[in-house]
Amino acid sequence: MNDVTLTINGKPVSGVTEPRVTLLDFLRDVAGLKGTHAGCEHGVCGACTVLIDGTAVRSCLMLAVQAEGEDITTIEGIGGSGARAGELGVIQDAFCETHGLQCGYCTPGMILAAEALLSVNTDPTEHEVREAISGNICRCTGYVQIVDAILLAAKRLGQRNDAVPSDATLA
Amino acid sequence: MKPVRFDYKRPATIDEACGLLAGDDNARILAGGQSLIPMLSMRLSRPSLLIDIAHIPELTTFVETETHIEIGAMVRQAVAQKSKLVKTHIPLLAKALGHVGHPPTRARGTVGGSVAHADPSAEIALVAATLGAEITYRVDGTDEIFDASDFFIGPMLTIAPPTGCLTRLSFAKVPAVCGTGFHEVAPRKSDYALVSAAAQINFAAGSGVTSIHLGIGSVGDFPERLDVNQLCGTPLDDAAIADAVHAAMQMVETVEDLHATAAYRKRVATELAIRALRDARDEISTDLNQ
Amino acid sequence: MTEQKYKFLSTPRRPVEDRRFVAGRGKFIADLDRPNMLHVAPLASHHAAAVINCIDASAALAMPGVVDVITGAELAAAVQPLMNGLNTPNVRRFPLAVDRVRYAGEWVCAVVAESRALAEDALEKIIVDATPQPFILDAEAALLETSAPVHPEHGSNLLLDRKFVWGPVDDDFDAAAHSLSFSVTWGRNSTVPIETFGVLAEWNGWDRMLDIWASIQMPKYADQIARSLDLPGNAIRVHYDVDVGGSYGVKRGIKHSVLVGYIARKLGCPVRLIEDRLENMRAGDAHGPERKFDITIAFDQDGTVRSMKMRALDNAGAYAGRAPFQLGKPISAIVGPYQINSVAYHALSVTTNKTVQEAVRGFGQAPTNYAIETAMDRVAEYLGMDRLALRQKNLIRKDQFPYLIPSGSYYDSGDYHAVIDKVLAAADYPAMLAERDRLRDAGMMAGIGIAACLEPSGGNSSFEPLLNQSNQTSTWMESCQVNIDALGKLTARIHTTSSGQGHETLVSTVLGEVMQIDPELIRITRPNSLESLPGNSPVGSRMAIMLGGAAARAGEKLKAKIMAIAAHRLGVDIDQLRYEGGDVLAHDGRRFTWDEMVELAHRQYHNLPDGMDPGLASFDIMQVPTGDALPVDDKVQMYPCYSFEFHLLLVSFDPIIGRPDIHSYVIGHDCGTVINPAIVSGMTYGGIAHGIGAALFEEFAYDTNGQLLTQSFLDYLMPSSHEVPAIQIVKHCTPSPHTVFGQKGSGESGYLGAPAAVSAAINDAVSGLGIHFEKLPIRMSAISDAIAAKTS
Repeated sequence: MNDVTLTINGKPVSGVTEPRVTLLDFLRDVAGLKGTHAGCEHGVCGACTVLIDGTAVRSCLMLAVQAEGEDITTIEGIGGSGARAGELGVIQDAFCETHGLQCGYCTPGMILAAEALLSVNTDPTEHEVREAISGNICRCTGYVQIVDAILLAAKRLGQRNDAVPSDATLA
Repeated sequence: MKPVRFDYKRPATIDEACGLLAGDDNARILAGGQSLIPMLSMRLSRPSLLIDIAHIPELTTFVETETHIEIGAMVRQAVAQKSKLVKTHIPLLAKALGHVGHPPTRARGTVGGSVAHADPSAEIALVAATLGAEITYRVDGTDEIFDASDFFIGPMLTIAPPTGCLTRLSFAKVPAVCGTGFHEVAPRKSDYALVSAAAQINFAAGSGVTSIHLGIGSVGDFPERLDVNQLCGTPLDDAAIADAVHAAMQMVETVEDLHATAAYRKRVATELAIRALRDARDEISTDLNQ
Repeated sequence: MTEQKYKFLSTPRRPVEDRRFVAGRGKFIADLDRPNMLHVAPLASHHAAAVINCIDASAALAMPGVVDVITGAELAAAVQPLMNGLNTPNVRRFPLAVDRVRYAGEWVCAVVAESRALAEDALEKIIVDATPQPFILDAEAALLETSAPVHPEHGSNLLLDRKFVWGPVDDDFDAAAHSLSFSVTWGRNSTVPIETFGVLAEWNGWDRMLDIWASIQMPKYADQIARSLDLPGNAIRVHYDVDVGGSYGVKRGIKHSVLVGYIARKLGCPVRLIEDRLENMRAGDAHGPERKFDITIAFDQDGTVRSMKMRALDNAGAYAGRAPFQLGKPISAIVGPYQINSVAYHALSVTTNKTVQEAVRGFGQAPTNYAIETAMDRVAEYLGMDRLALRQKNLIRKDQFPYLIPSGSYYDSGDYHAVIDKVLAAADYPAMLAERDRLRDAGMMAGIGIAACLEPSGGNSSFEPLLNQSNQTSTWMESCQVNIDALGKLTARIHTTSSGQGHETLVSTVLGEVMQIDPELIRITRPNSLESLPGNSPVGSRMAIMLGGAAARAGEKLKAKIMAIAAHRLGVDIDQLRYEGGDVLAHDGRRFTWDEMVELAHRQYHNLPDGMDPGLASFDIMQVPTGDALPVDDKVQMYPCYSFEFHLLLVSFDPIIGRPDIHSYVIGHDCGTVINPAIVSGMTYGGIAHGIGAALFEEFAYDTNGQLLTQSFLDYLMPSSHEVPAIQIVKHCTPSPHTVFGQKGSGESGYLGAPAAVSAAINDAVSGLGIHFEKLPIRMSAISDAIAAKTS
């Protein structure tokens, strides 16, 4: 058994785990965060997508011990929590607006893939959106309303930035 | 789909990693894990010890020499893809990297891991074999260097020493005038390629085309170089390229699976090799026509 | 415009379920942990067929953390065989193989351990001594008398062999100027949800109660588990408040649930089985139809299609289950949207040594639509007639509804010509044709695919008594309970799990419409099976019709009570009252408010009409509309409603590489009155994505040793965001006369026609070469090879 300490959604988390346990299973079974889903457990479907330092990765393709010291964001780290539970992030809200989901199983991974994209590309083309989620399989939606959601979120995030007074943009 | 039990070590130096490798016949190096971990989960790989080389600083760096770019084995594919050094000096690799998996796997997958894993459809291995990159392994405290052109000998099979640790890949910098082309086809965009082809034409002012590198991947048990050097000195017109590729493809044996017949692989490999060469030629057409 | 008629229906509204899912707060089966829960891992057979001589689990049982190993022999002695839809009593099936394995991947035994990883460790220690037996994979070969039966006790591989003749087939063939024959094969694929199947069972010996949580979409699930486990129906409590991570028909899980229920009862602690992906693909019993069609079609020189003979041979896999019924549902739309006067239908289902077939989106309709549409294209080709014109000539006209088809079902309503005209306009069909020609001139292969088809909806499964006369089931109901609490808020109960179809949105929207209350204020709950009214779960595109219908009717009952209270209170006749936004207005202007009504109903019995019960609750158990008779003379009314879809797409590919690229995709869709536009559109887009997969990528393919080649997502290829194009939906609304708002079903939309349309586009692209692709999926390699064979 190995000790693992990492940061999840901004909070330090420690756990004891066998080396064979994937980050996916660690998040679900040790950290108790069930929003990261197992789809294929062999790195194809993307349901287990999380962010490491803001970059989308597959949590089923990492051992928990490899994540020692890493900064992980899961779906629970997006949007409000605690007393603010129920407040949606901009991307989450856009997914609700366009109904960019049906069964909800691939959705956390999709939203994190979108977060990763929009954090580095504020004005993506449809092709760039499709590339960013090409590693996330959805069987419900045919992707159309997901692509719509991400483009809508990009637009709203852009508008939000535009709304900031110019003298406050860069200190 | 849970792996068998194994131990895990995180060495700080290459020699420490090699020592661990030598101490356990059933140990395996863990780099980015994007190929190894699925094999662990399916219990196709059953190591007793995993040696995680992600925290060995010298494996994560690029080194530029006068003639070469050396890429540390642990350099992530996404990092290499964005690297200015790679774009400038190994443009063929830069093109190929865009075809490797998809963004989340490139974020973790490594350049060295892909070469060591030796999947016949791996784009990085194809480029290394095509360009004759130097592959360095540390074995018993010394460096052994392999020519990537004859490093791959079968599916997931190389001539790498069993107790060695891949430390870096070294690619010759391209000359000032150089054209490259990379093509692959897969059922879906991010699938393993059914066929891939890589080409690079080196040009020197005064002496014209000095060398032509052409390789095809996914069609056989390992990436294969095709000799089309007879094209040097020719005007590289479409007909000459096609003739040279057809001749070079004649002896190539192709494999068959559910997704593509052997005949398909041969036909499409020929076509993609031609297209890759043409792309490479077109990139330097101004110089060629002078 | 029908859209103007409603306040909440057919308006763009956010589905209420989405909020929890975007936050990662869905409650999926794998998210449920119970204290001291044990985990199950099944051992998969390596053989396609073998006799089990001996299972030695001693080494596994000796491992720390391993609690038990269950064999088929133990299970068969303790539980009843799983339900079989046909009269084939010797095709017996248990959750684990008994004496004999019949497909590679079949569960031989099951380890119960303290963790899934430990259970998998133990699987490797079990020694199975088995003698390989001859096996059969091909359905035609399985029919041969020389082939070894998959179930020797049954005597042959034939599960179902029914011949139907509807109308004057021979006369129509004699009268027709031409006929042609062809064969096409629908490859074995499935909808493959991203969540695998999972079930958690917990036995409470003091209450004598088996609690079950499962990712199910299965009619009469609790009944089946109770029967197999020999438990009273009220000793099984299935919890419906589980979110299901996609199903599209396949999440049946009876064998898993019986196994886990048995173990939970035996060991007295919570037991969970979550299929891993390999188990799901090879033994999840979730493969769809694998069907060969032999078709002969009779037609006149002017393109009038008179009659069709169809032989459909289905490869059911190793056991019967409900799979053979997937040959029955297409009887409800056996002529598609066309005026075909007569049909001869020969339905055959055989066992083979492949994984068991289960219900998949459309329940066999998509393969049949593919066959019918291929027939239309072949007739057009034969006559040198435009494919579109041929269809327009044969389509049922809007003035012909209700339209009785030869097999006994009335199509309720439609305006197929109008939908097609809208699509042609939206797609700019002449420009599409020009673009196809431009691509061809540029050296590409380019083709246009068209497909018109129906989505039978409402889920009256009268194909069961039609195919199995000992089955007298005509009841296919759905139900809903509604309660207004003492503070005046409305809560409705529905009695099924959700797998993405938006039932909570459906019910809150419908009730909001009926009660004229903001749907956002209505709470929907999913109680367990013991607190539920009967239902048949979301199968057969039925929930908009059936759950929406039951909810509306329950709401109307409440409204009637409210009106009666108001009439009593105001001292006027009900017909002098008007219900408006929750209040009741009298003709004289007096207003009886919602709050007063709640006060009376909950607290002032003395002010209620004489004999009226207190409270404000209602329920409705609704029978499927038109579902009131058993089959007569091999004919029966099946589904009440028929949605229509028309697909039009442009595809091109390089003749050497053969990788189809879909340029544009337009679908015209008429599912009557739409409850929630975003949900219906989403279903349609997703159905088309499934259809693209079935047409081009997805297949459960076996090697000659009977081993499944596509066990992982590396080989079973599902369309990604790059393979599904932007899709344009053109909407049309022909209300159904049989439903409360005119709604029809839409849960299978897109999927029912997309495979036919994509296939047609590829065939159009190679039509100049005289190539016909006669099997799905059409792989890029097959495309390139066929072109090379014609051009080299």
